[in-house]
Amino acid sequence: MSTDVASLEQSSKPVQYVSGVTVRLAGDSGDGMQLLGTQLTNTSALLGNDIATFPDFPAEIRAPRGTRAGVSGFQVQFASHEVFTPGDVVDALIAMNPAALVTNLADLRKGGLLIVNEDNFEDKDLKLANLKTSPLEEPAMENYRLVRVPMNKLTMEAVKELGLSVKEADRCKNFFAMGMVFWLYGRSMEPTLRFIRDKFSKTPDIQKANEKALLAGWAFGETTETLGASYRVEPASLTPGLYRNMMGNQALAWGLMTAAQLSGKQLFYGSYPITPASDILHELSRFKNFGVYTFQAEDEIAAVCSAIGAAYGGSMGVTTSSGPGIALKAEAMGLALMLELPMIIIDVQRGGPSTGLPTKTEQADLLQVLFGRNGESPLPVIAARSPADCFDTAIEAWRIASRLMMPVVILSDGYIANGAEPWLIPDVNQMEKIQIQHPDGSDAANFKPYRRDDMLARPWAIPGTPGLMHRVGGIEKEDVTGNISYDPENHQHMVRTREQKVANVAKMIPPATVLGPESGDLLVVSWGGTYGACMTAVKQAQEMGLSVAHLHLRHLNPFPSNLGHVLKQYRKVLIPELNMGQLRMLIRAKYLVDAIGYNKVKGKPFSVVELVEQISNVCKTA
Amino acid sequence: MSTVNLPVLKAADFASDQDVRWCPGCGDYSILAQMKKVLPELGIPPEQMVFVSGIGCSSRFPYYMNTYGVHSIHGRAPAVATGLKVTRPDLKVWVITGDGDALSIGGNHFVHLLRRNVNLNIILFNNRIYGLTKGQYSPTSPEGQVTKSTPMGAIDHPLNPMLLALGAEATFVARSIDAHVKHLAATLKRAAEHKGTAFVEVYQNCNVFNDGAWNYAADRATRDDNVIELEHGKPLIFGKERDKGIRLVGTKIEVVKLGNGISESDLLVHDEQGDLIHSFLLARMRRAEFPEPIGVFRDIQSPTFDDQMNDQIKLAKQKRGPGDLNQLFRSGDTWQVA
Repeated sequence: MSTDVASLEQSSKPVQYVSGVTVRLAGDSGDGMQLLGTQLTNTSALLGNDIATFPDFPAEIRAPRGTRAGVSGFQVQFASHEVFTPGDVVDALIAMNPAALVTNLADLRKGGLLIVNEDNFEDKDLKLANLKTSPLEEPAMENYRLVRVPMNKLTMEAVKELGLSVKEADRCKNFFAMGMVFWLYGRSMEPTLRFIRDKFSKTPDIQKANEKALLAGWAFGETTETLGASYRVEPASLTPGLYRNMMGNQALAWGLMTAAQLSGKQLFYGSYPITPASDILHELSRFKNFGVYTFQAEDEIAAVCSAIGAAYGGSMGVTTSSGPGIALKAEAMGLALMLELPMIIIDVQRGGPSTGLPTKTEQADLLQVLFGRNGESPLPVIAARSPADCFDTAIEAWRIASRLMMPVVILSDGYIANGAEPWLIPDVNQMEKIQIQHPDGSDAANFKPYRRDDMLARPWAIPGTPGLMHRVGGIEKEDVTGNISYDPENHQHMVRTREQKVANVAKMIPPATVLGPESGDLLVVSWGGTYGACMTAVKQAQEMGLSVAHLHLRHLNPFPSNLGHVLKQYRKVLIPELNMGQLRMLIRAKYLVDAIGYNKVKGKPFSVVELVEQISNVCKTA
Repeated sequence: MSTVNLPVLKAADFASDQDVRWCPGCGDYSILAQMKKVLPELGIPPEQMVFVSGIGCSSRFPYYMNTYGVHSIHGRAPAVATGLKVTRPDLKVWVITGDGDALSIGGNHFVHLLRRNVNLNIILFNNRIYGLTKGQYSPTSPEGQVTKSTPMGAIDHPLNPMLLALGAEATFVARSIDAHVKHLAATLKRAAEHKGTAFVEVYQNCNVFNDGAWNYAADRATRDDNVIELEHGKPLIFGKERDKGIRLVGTKIEVVKLGNGISESDLLVHDEQGDLIHSFLLARMRRAEFPEPIGVFRDIQSPTFDDQMNDQIKLAKQKRGPGDLNQLFRSGDTWQVA
């Protein structure tokens, strides 16, 4: 098959070389747009492009067909240079119906390529999208290179010899669209053909039909006169090595498994399904042969409590959720902090408050994970900055948690959870081990469950060890012995000790470094998933000659020890956040720096353009 | 776990060095004493045992045991214990809870623990009152009970813990009474020997906020007429003179007096492995219409959650080989950048 495909993939039409392309695929949530996007991403990654993706889908599994609410989109930027965002403006939009067209057209650049499935622009389709007239007939269409493709008819034609039902045949049209897009950008069809063969191995007719639809889409691109040239994007010059495509949630799962192995620990993962964190549960459930325990608990509270129980037993306890679930876990997180047991709590943030925007991204849980518990209850907080970075974040969190005997919170978000980028595959054998020791009972007479080491960590004595029987609980404890204590001096001492223990994390983390000049007009401070957009925007501003540097914070509690010093080297500090100014509030309170916020809560990531504009404006007044 | 060559343990070996801080006269003392009496008989060293509790008077229990222990948060002990037991199947795990802890704030975890059949024991100290918060009514308080929060009488219909446990198809369900120490010790031992979740409700007296709530069942003077001791394979007989029994008529049960043509052979015979309906009938026997059964209502074998989880891991390792991260990272589509 591969030789056939290779010869088929030769295009006789002219080819244009471009340095990068942003494509958005938009259709009904049942149209398979996420599948199409994933295939385009994987194929582009295999061709050596740098990639960044942004899936954007409704919370409803199947919102009413053809409506604007039901539009599901997938955006990917692939380039021959490094990219850190899925792209601001779209070079090519593939719209499968009128609703997809009108809800996405604003992001298509002037002169951009607009491919529509014209079979889905009948009166009834327009009505579903709340349109009186066809947008294809409007004068605004002259701004774009409109290509009308009768995808339904062409797909039916391509698969007719297989005798499928109309419904079955119709479902193949996303592969037709895929074939066309693959032709347009000279992507190999081989990986997708492999995928089809694998995925539909139990239904040979459907398998065959999808293959035919894919090839027909390619052939259509090659023969239609409406598409003149196709485009090519050369491989990017990434750091040499072996790469794979990585999504944020997958990277968290793999990072947790790696941390468990590096520390010689059994991984126990207690979780309750919630968007956008559930994929971590799915991913870890696949790896029972790695000794991974996954427990789908009856609720969020049971999920975190089961992880606490596992941690008491000596396992690596982990729980994950999103904002609403983290709210439910709050009391138990306080318990884990009080028990001084190591564990990891992951918050894959989504739009809030309450149920909010389940499938959209936001960074508004920072203050929740820092302060959303009763009493003085500080916890270390680390935020991942990109899909692949989630892997390292998980490992670092366990390094800190196990060293200091306390829960550590990881913040991710919907944008990096579902986004993808190339990941330079590490060699596990070369990674630094995580040393964990349990007292063995040989010095039982001197054992005290809350005796502390130089970092204020207590010993992790586990059940089954003779002579070390001890009780832990949520009631305040006397230091050293761990016995219940209501003594006022002891309580103050313990509150300060737990606070200092978190502060000690600063000894384990690198100092803050900036990208750009070490002093100047403006420092842009970012955290979490806005890294790519902020970094790209600062680079562009630097190229414009502005005196601006970028500082990305990975550690939100404690902050790197030199942060206060760094902040004061710039006349102005700008903190863009996908919330109403949560990091800004912390920075202002802690360092008395008059930081300026740029805040957006639309359920969408920052565009580079808007950040560059903000940076320019602030620099003007610096 | 091996029991060979172990020193013989005594009740005192299971006592911690902490002062017990329950009110003098509390029924909890009796349960603590019987637990300490039973544990040495199990042949399991104290370091292999973990007591997990929630919040409430009963939940202070772990502090008084010289074993491992977690005093967790309100209602959540079953979840903590589940995470512990599945990852450490070698440990003997006990959950200590109360009527508010298990049936109100922790009701969800309670039923899920039972339906999963995690191999651990859960002892519910039922005193029909909130003691630690000083006397509000609980989910097992009878209708009409006047408490600090129900000055005109409770209007909620009380939960029957046994019905709830049976509804979750618990594999071991038993009941005992704090003052009936021999029965209590025997019941705790039966629970400890059961493989799967063993649930024991203990009628426990709160002498400060709900004194005498169980007198009818606990007092020697009235006990025999108000309580029926279940024995597997034996007919249900009770009364001071052992002259009364329980007869099944159609789908209903009734109290009958022996004699006058009614003999033991007419009575319902207890069967711990009987159909769930049998256990439900027993659980529905409430005062004053019926004597209340104590002992083991149901004891059946069923695969445990922890065994099955560990078996899946073993099977996955056998089938696919132990996981190799480097191999996983390099599986599927990868590409080389030179």
